[in-house]
Amino acid sequence: MAELMERRAIWYLLGFLAVVLAFVASAALKGFYVTLGTFLTLSILSFLYKDNIFYKTAEHLFVGVSAAYWMVMGFWSVMVPNLIGKIHPPLVRPFMPAIASQPASYWYLIPAILGIMLLWRLMPKGAWISRWALAFIVGTTAGLNFIRYMASDLLGQINSSMIPLVVIQDGTLDTMTTISNLVVFLGVFCGLIYFFFSKEHKGVMGVGSKIGIWILMVTFGAGFGYTVMARISLLVGRFRFLFDDWLGILR
Amino acid sequence: MTNGERKTFLQKMQAIDRRVIFLFIGLAVALPLLFHVVFTEKITPIVGAIFDRVENLPEGSKVLISFDYSPSTLPEIQPMVDAVLRHCATKKVKIYIMGLWATGQNIADETIKRVLAPEFPDYKYGVDFVNLGYKSGNQGLINVILTDLKKMYTTDVHGTAIDSISMMVPIRNLKNFDLILTFGGGFPGAKEWVLFAGDPGRIPVAGGVTAVSAPLLYPYYPSQLLGLMGGIKGAAEYESELIRRYPAFTESSHPGIDMMGPQAVAHIVIILFIVMGNVAYFATRRREASNG
Repeated sequence: MAELMERRAIWYLLGFLAVVLAFVASAALKGFYVTLGTFLTLSILSFLYKDNIFYKTAEHLFVGVSAAYWMVMGFWSVMVPNLIGKIHPPLVRPFMPAIASQPASYWYLIPAILGIMLLWRLMPKGAWISRWALAFIVGTTAGLNFIRYMASDLLGQINSSMIPLVVIQDGTLDTMTTISNLVVFLGVFCGLIYFFFSKEHKGVMGVGSKIGIWILMVTFGAGFGYTVMARISLLVGRFRFLFDDWLGILR
Repeated sequence: MTNGERKTFLQKMQAIDRRVIFLFIGLAVALPLLFHVVFTEKITPIVGAIFDRVENLPEGSKVLISFDYSPSTLPEIQPMVDAVLRHCATKKVKIYIMGLWATGQNIADETIKRVLAPEFPDYKYGVDFVNLGYKSGNQGLINVILTDLKKMYTTDVHGTAIDSISMMVPIRNLKNFDLILTFGGGFPGAKEWVLFAGDPGRIPVAGGVTAVSAPLLYPYYPSQLLGLMGGIKGAAEYESELIRRYPAFTESSHPGIDMMGPQAVAHIVIILFIVMGNVAYFATRRREASNG
């Protein structure tokens, strides 16, 4: 047993040395960033075989870097010019001299206070203070979304569904547009029947409901097909990076 | 079936190790890439609507391009953005770049360096194109800039005062743009641009999205969304039309077209696996039924 463990440790050490050597050689030939990108790509792809330390390292690195990136961007793109620069412009002179001479706008103290209240949940006492700021965010977002979703998603979509079932262009029947419009009408109508639960799905309602299910299935199928295309695109993107940027073997 | 019994071919077919499937998909993607398998693409009306709108824009028109994506969807979205930027620059329109996603700002910078700067050296920053950068707020941001853009954008991405940039002088709000193009695939993205800018402001909105998001956005076409590029297929269609109308771009990179070869082969492999799995399933069921 001890011998087996020792042999395994030697293999792990050799594997680690091979990875380090490959990394150093690649960095010398292709540059540090391409090599790092390659290492992280291969680390993530290694999960396809099974979970391992390289995958975990790459995953944690991704989460950490993403969080830091969004935080830094939020600070320099929003906090500095849109908050500090509005409340006390001279304070941003060293970073953004172009806006340092604009007049101060003290209305921005309100979002500043709300922001501080939101962060208060990190304090050991008074976490409830953050709820007021959160309530403001939820309320304004709900109000904003309600109006726009009602106008564009409900009324706009109803308006888009009001289409002629027989399309005549220059005195002749436009067959393709007519079929297309009929499919849209049938899809919307039968889809609505399927979700109408106040009457039992029997007879005409049953037929409509069945067609509605088929329409939904076709929609899900199209969605799945598009999802496959999306995932394959990401894989092609990574392979292009490996073959072109790293190995340089693409024509 | 006991442990001692041997699995039949049909049973093995239903229990293929997922790693075998990954291997086949890997090969289906790698081999067409290495042997440069490409197919001809023909533009569809939904992509053609965007192309025609850009094509018919008079010189000096104002186009807003929003980079609403991150590196995770770069392979799908970037080919669309490159093709549209080339088209816009060829038509000599004013390009205004912004991002609802923080990652969009740096991707936009990199795109300018890779496409606009080397291929269109006459295009001058601040005169022909500008990068306004990222601002947080999602749909709230769109709602504000619909009526007052400079309330949110006091500087460009380099910290230059917005009013000192000549091409920003005539811009007050989103209604001053002739076309809004959004590229992304999540929240906030094309849907928010339609709901919070296109519909209330009656501004033409079009764009490109990841394939995953495309089916959810088709209902907005054509009345609320001018056109839509769905996934890499949309990008390939736009690229091929650009090359057909402007043969000078034949030598430019066209990753959308290049990626459709591996796409087609990988799809065939997936379809084969689905067919094999279903045949094996139904054949096993029939055999079990006949055995009682």
